[in-house]
Amino acid sequence: MAAALLRVNPTRMELTRIKRRLVTARRGHKLLKDKRDEMVRQFILLVRENDRLRRDVEKELGMALGNFALARAVTEPAMMEEALLYPARSVTVDMSIRSILSVRVPALAVREEKRQTTLSYGLAETSAQLDGTIESLAALLPKLIHLAEVEKACDLLADEIEKTRRRVNALEYVMIPQFEETIRFISMKLDENERGSLTRLMKVKDMIQQRATNG
Amino acid sequence: MAEIAMGAVGERDAVLCFKALGMRVIPTETAEETTRALFNMTREGVRVIFITEHAARQAAEALQRYQNDPQVVIIPIPGSAGTDGYAMSHVKANVEKAIGADILFNNNANQKEG
Repeated sequence: MAAALLRVNPTRMELTRIKRRLVTARRGHKLLKDKRDEMVRQFILLVRENDRLRRDVEKELGMALGNFALARAVTEPAMMEEALLYPARSVTVDMSIRSILSVRVPALAVREEKRQTTLSYGLAETSAQLDGTIESLAALLPKLIHLAEVEKACDLLADEIEKTRRRVNALEYVMIPQFEETIRFISMKLDENERGSLTRLMKVKDMIQQRATNG
Repeated sequence: MAEIAMGAVGERDAVLCFKALGMRVIPTETAEETTRALFNMTREGVRVIFITEHAARQAAEALQRYQNDPQVVIIPIPGSAGTDGYAMSHVKANVEKAIGADILFNNNANQKEG
């Protein structure tokens, strides 16, 4: 597919301007391509980790939630609500923003609690399965938070890679060919004009000479 | 560095136990409830939210809204019936979007077969 010409006047000034734009476009294309390649490399590392973490978490969380369902089955609903109503600990994370090739992604860090207890209720009225479930969930929490961080980073990075790829392709297949085509068109037009004026001069010179010999 | 709270949204059976860990929990059943819960939580400063796959599937539109926001992390987790593959398909979709083909997980499958 031939690239469409830019609608410009075929002048020497325009030619210089477009040549300069072509240089910038080529440089931008190279930089964006490098950026895309590096982002893909980082993304592959992250997504592998994401895949591994997700498999782990799904397995362990599935088990913990299964146990929880069993615990619910043997405990009265009202008792269960009461047991879980007031948690023994509060969980917070520190969120900061870090940058992967100027893509802003969140960085999460678990805030360590001094208190060791995770159970918020007396042991008399609830089943032992509930204790086990909550202990295993508490142990799983750092992994869950890590998964959250990695998965969000993958999300954001995937979006940015897509955008960068579009930009690279737009430069490579639309803008750069367009500039090249326009440069060719202008230089041919200028050459043609030059040839035209040269021929005209020769013709005029011939006519003058003829007039001189006749006169 | 900001200190933020965490939350869980989804079916009551699955999210209730997160309450024991000290998370903010809103049990939901319909897509509207889930959407409202997500909105309320983010407004209250809960920025890391675990949502069950079932609820995530229902409220996909609401999740889309927060997808590009680096300050809000919404992560699907399996419900009490186990995973239904929603979260994994999301990871695969990301790979396809970024690389153009699902090369990573195909390799994994091949390695397992071999």
